[in-house]
Amino acid sequence: MKPEEHSRQERELAGWPVTVETYKLDGIYHCTIANVDPGARIARADGATKEEAEQRAIEKATRYLGQTRKFPTS
Amino acid sequence: MAATTLPNVLVTTDWVAQHATDAAVRVVEVDVDTTAYDQGHVPGAAGWNWTTQLCDTLVRDIVPIRKLEELLGKSGIDNKTAIVLYGDNNNWFAAWAFWQLKIYGHQDVRIMDGGRKKWLAEGRELSTDTPAFPSRTYKASGPDLSLRAFLPEVQKAVAQKSASLVDVRSPQEFTGEILAPPGLPETCQRGGHIPGAKSIPWGKNCNEDGSFKSLDELKALYGGAGVTGDKPVIAYCRIGERSSLTWFVLKYLLGFENVRNYDGSWTEWGNLVGAQVEKP
Repeated sequence: MKPEEHSRQERELAGWPVTVETYKLDGIYHCTIANVDPGARIARADGATKEEAEQRAIEKATRYLGQTRKFPTS
Repeated sequence: MAATTLPNVLVTTDWVAQHATDAAVRVVEVDVDTTAYDQGHVPGAAGWNWTTQLCDTLVRDIVPIRKLEELLGKSGIDNKTAIVLYGDNNNWFAAWAFWQLKIYGHQDVRIMDGGRKKWLAEGRELSTDTPAFPSRTYKASGPDLSLRAFLPEVQKAVAQKSASLVDVRSPQEFTGEILAPPGLPETCQRGGHIPGAKSIPWGKNCNEDGSFKSLDELKALYGGAGVTGDKPVIAYCRIGERSSLTWFVLKYLLGFENVRNYDGSWTEWGNLVGAQVEKP
């Protein structure tokens, strides 16, 4: 089988740029959210619709990203 | 990377589509996201879990030799099999597996250029079946530790300026502004970088579609930072997986002779009592 409705977009969550990649396979939508840099996967979720899968992943990713601390560099 | 210039360690997605089930070939997916394989993979591909199958789970170390032999045997791989690795995040952990397979002497290892990202974007066939493979006997050699840097060698390189240190983490990790990639757990006590290291983030090796940049672009990237292969190179990141991709680029695409991956990386250096840290 082939993936359907594949999409990959950049957006900002909790102040960090991320990529949101979604595709449908065998009736299930799979969504993965990763950092733009360095590209690490932050969250993933499945759903019966694209919106549902993305919303679930976005909620998780936003929670994790919100915990990132910034430190002074000098 | 254009097909006409592919070194023999890279194969295209087209090549994999044609040869994935050849008897002499075993395609293996290795992902950062260990659940990704189950969301669809190249038909006929095995899936390896880096958190349990490509490491020692009792000691912080790479996979022990007997465990690797068992994994390869169960994956239907013998010493003559061409292993084609691919994975998510532009082949981060595919490169990690490549590095370990070279440490243990496997001759024919290749990476699918572009990895899972390119395969998906091209709308290619996916399977959710886990294939069964006829068991084979595998005999590993090594380990070849000339491919791996340990802490004392890194400390010596810093003190004597005897190697180029390449920090492949993001610029914000390099400066110490953040202690881990955003959204991931902090795994160090201090931020910053190893004194003297150059910041060349791993992502600069790759095109937007996940494939490697051309050899000319890669030469310019590293040459521009003074990393030319005329002296030893040590690459590091946080746990050694991103840096295995840079190690692969330097050793197998650019052909630098002496390149080591420091898999202790920042989780070792950034937690070490008394270790000097440089900022920014």
